[in-house]
Amino acid sequence: MALVDRSEAWREELRASMKNKERTNIERVHMNELDATIRSRNSEEVNLGLTVEQALLEAKRCLDCANPTCMNGCPVSINIPKFVKNIERGEFLEAAKTLKETSALPAVCGRVCPQELQCESQCIHIKMGKPAVAIGYLERFAADFERESGQISVPEIPHKNGIKVAAVGSGPAGLAFAGDMAQRGYDVTVFEALHQIGGVLKYGIPEFRLPNKIVDVEIECLRQMGVKFLTNCIVGKTITFDELSEEGFKGMFVGSGAGLPNFMNIKGENLIGVMSANEYLTRVNLMDAANPESDTPVYKGKSVAIIGGGNTAMDAVRTARRLGADRAMIVYRRSEEEMPARIEEIKHAKEEGIEFLTLHNPIEYHGNERGRVTHMLLQKMQLGEPDASGRRSPIAIEGATELIEVDMVIVSVGVSPNPLVPQSIQGLEVSRKGTVIVNENSMQTNIPAIFAGGDIVRGGATVILAMGDGRKAAAAMDEYLKESEN
Amino acid sequence: MNKIISKEHFSANVVKLEVEAPMIAKSRRAGHFVLVKVGEKGERIPLTITSSDLEKGTITLVIQKMGVSSTKICNLNEGDYITDLVGPLGKATHIEKFGTVVCAGGGVGLAPLLPIVEALKKAGNRVITVLAARTKDLIILEDQLRKHSDEIVIMTDDGSYGNKGLVTNGVENIINREKVDLCVTIGPAVMMKFVSLLTKKYEVPTLCSLNTIMVDGTGMCGACRVTVGGKTKFVCVDGPEFDAHQVDFDEMLMRLNAYKDEETESMTNLKK
Repeated sequence: MALVDRSEAWREELRASMKNKERTNIERVHMNELDATIRSRNSEEVNLGLTVEQALLEAKRCLDCANPTCMNGCPVSINIPKFVKNIERGEFLEAAKTLKETSALPAVCGRVCPQELQCESQCIHIKMGKPAVAIGYLERFAADFERESGQISVPEIPHKNGIKVAAVGSGPAGLAFAGDMAQRGYDVTVFEALHQIGGVLKYGIPEFRLPNKIVDVEIECLRQMGVKFLTNCIVGKTITFDELSEEGFKGMFVGSGAGLPNFMNIKGENLIGVMSANEYLTRVNLMDAANPESDTPVYKGKSVAIIGGGNTAMDAVRTARRLGADRAMIVYRRSEEEMPARIEEIKHAKEEGIEFLTLHNPIEYHGNERGRVTHMLLQKMQLGEPDASGRRSPIAIEGATELIEVDMVIVSVGVSPNPLVPQSIQGLEVSRKGTVIVNENSMQTNIPAIFAGGDIVRGGATVILAMGDGRKAAAAMDEYLKESEN
Repeated sequence: MNKIISKEHFSANVVKLEVEAPMIAKSRRAGHFVLVKVGEKGERIPLTITSSDLEKGTITLVIQKMGVSSTKICNLNEGDYITDLVGPLGKATHIEKFGTVVCAGGGVGLAPLLPIVEALKKAGNRVITVLAARTKDLIILEDQLRKHSDEIVIMTDDGSYGNKGLVTNGVENIINREKVDLCVTIGPAVMMKFVSLLTKKYEVPTLCSLNTIMVDGTGMCGACRVTVGGKTKFVCVDGPEFDAHQVDFDEMLMRLNAYKDEETESMTNLKK
């Protein structure tokens, strides 16, 4: 498909218009950012996007390779050269259309995907020792341009087959599934437990990284494609899987996410002011608790520690800073090198004045007579041999501890799968860890009509991997339903 | 959006709402709760389902004005809509024939006690219900509870109705009088703590239903965590019912006050 596109006259013309040498000599664009001192006190988006000039120039860097390896790095198989070359020739709306052929959420992916580990890691420039084409920035540019132009394209739906299918959970996995199934002509209903659509995109990722209004525009596009959304409905509780079958649903995709936050089970963890990153971010993002008009309260700690080194920890610590923390700290038991957070997030956090207490691990919390946390006791660590995950495991340095004053602690040490949905489907196979077991190629569970993907299968991953699962499940379910019809 | 079909005042601060929710009415069991949010900027708070009507497709909620969010719900009228309502949540009460069961409820806790009393009676238990409140006017659902109980004991702090004394006095009299196989207690955390201490002394197995602070109510946030038997449990997905003798009530009481300052401030604003 990519090769057919590539032989189109305009593409050939573009390739001929500039020598590869000239293209590779262009320096990679830098993302425009809001000033760190200003942004660390508000919730404005940090990355400002590229200007038209910047995007046009960056698109020139792409060599429109005969074998576009970047596409292998994309879990949702975006036709990367086609959209980039459309930017180069100034057809920004065409570029956006290309993105939507395979991705239900291009403006989201352009912001939160770890491109450096995916498409960009496979770019030809890397092999030549140069920085990759900024595919992620260009993706965001095209999606934003389309949205701001008001000429939002809705993918065409060839014919409606009227077959009802359900997505459980409206996070990235469920939305990607819904988009693909709608494009295949299915009658899709997305069931969401919370009162807002978007899952982790709404309750988890903060405004300064992914504004809610951008998520809403992408959801609106799915609505226009005919996807129905039902909030405040928990499949397995409000309505059972059997009842859905009785109502004529032929297939179901479970993308219910990673629910339960992990705690460390250390002394003082139930003190007031100690909470999970999920709780903190849900209060601020989903419930808008920092807004005085919101009925939901949230602490605005002055000395805040976040335990953990992942993207969620970075989101939480930067949120705490924005809500007025004088001291906002990351406490991580390994060194910065092992941190699972994206490099960009760590960089942004540092610019915003976040302190990094690496090689430190909390061992207990102390509180006052009202039960509010006042101090954390940290154990100093050093790195030992690599463990099962390949990361060097941290070892406590005997006797080396430090007591630090805190008025809030946010625990961000991972999540476990939410048992709510799996437990309520009789006979569904789950692993010892509680994740739903699927066939990796089809995302099909042991119950043929039920497919699953995202964190409920992976235990805790990224938006784009969840979307990839949703797409894979849609393709496989389509095939399964066609077969069972015959 | 769920429509309020009828509203009844039990007392100045306690209101009964019958709300349209056909799917929940069908799937709910004794012990289940719902999360309710009023207004776009509203807070999500848990409320136990008191009863349901399958024909009308409604559920009944009993709410006491405590803070901003419960006051907003109580101020809604017949014909108004609840912005968001989701459920049924939590684990349903484990019902079987235990023998003689004492159900001890205090104040607004009598509302969540009603479906359990009903289910226990239906399962063939001898049910003795102890209703407790500060004063006569605060005793709610007496007729309905009486209907499903073999015996009713009423306790008021001031002696204005039934016997003068605390809920624990009522429970202790029964335990001294006859063999009790199970005690179920629902009410303010302090009340449950003392009922639990009492029944522990007499070695009567006891269930309590906890009402803690929640945000999502589906296990996602952990705001509702309590210590049960030395382990951290989430009230929303592991509960809301637990073995009362294992619950760390003092920690729970402390955590219930987590947002007391914020709550006081917003109540003052609401009154303005």
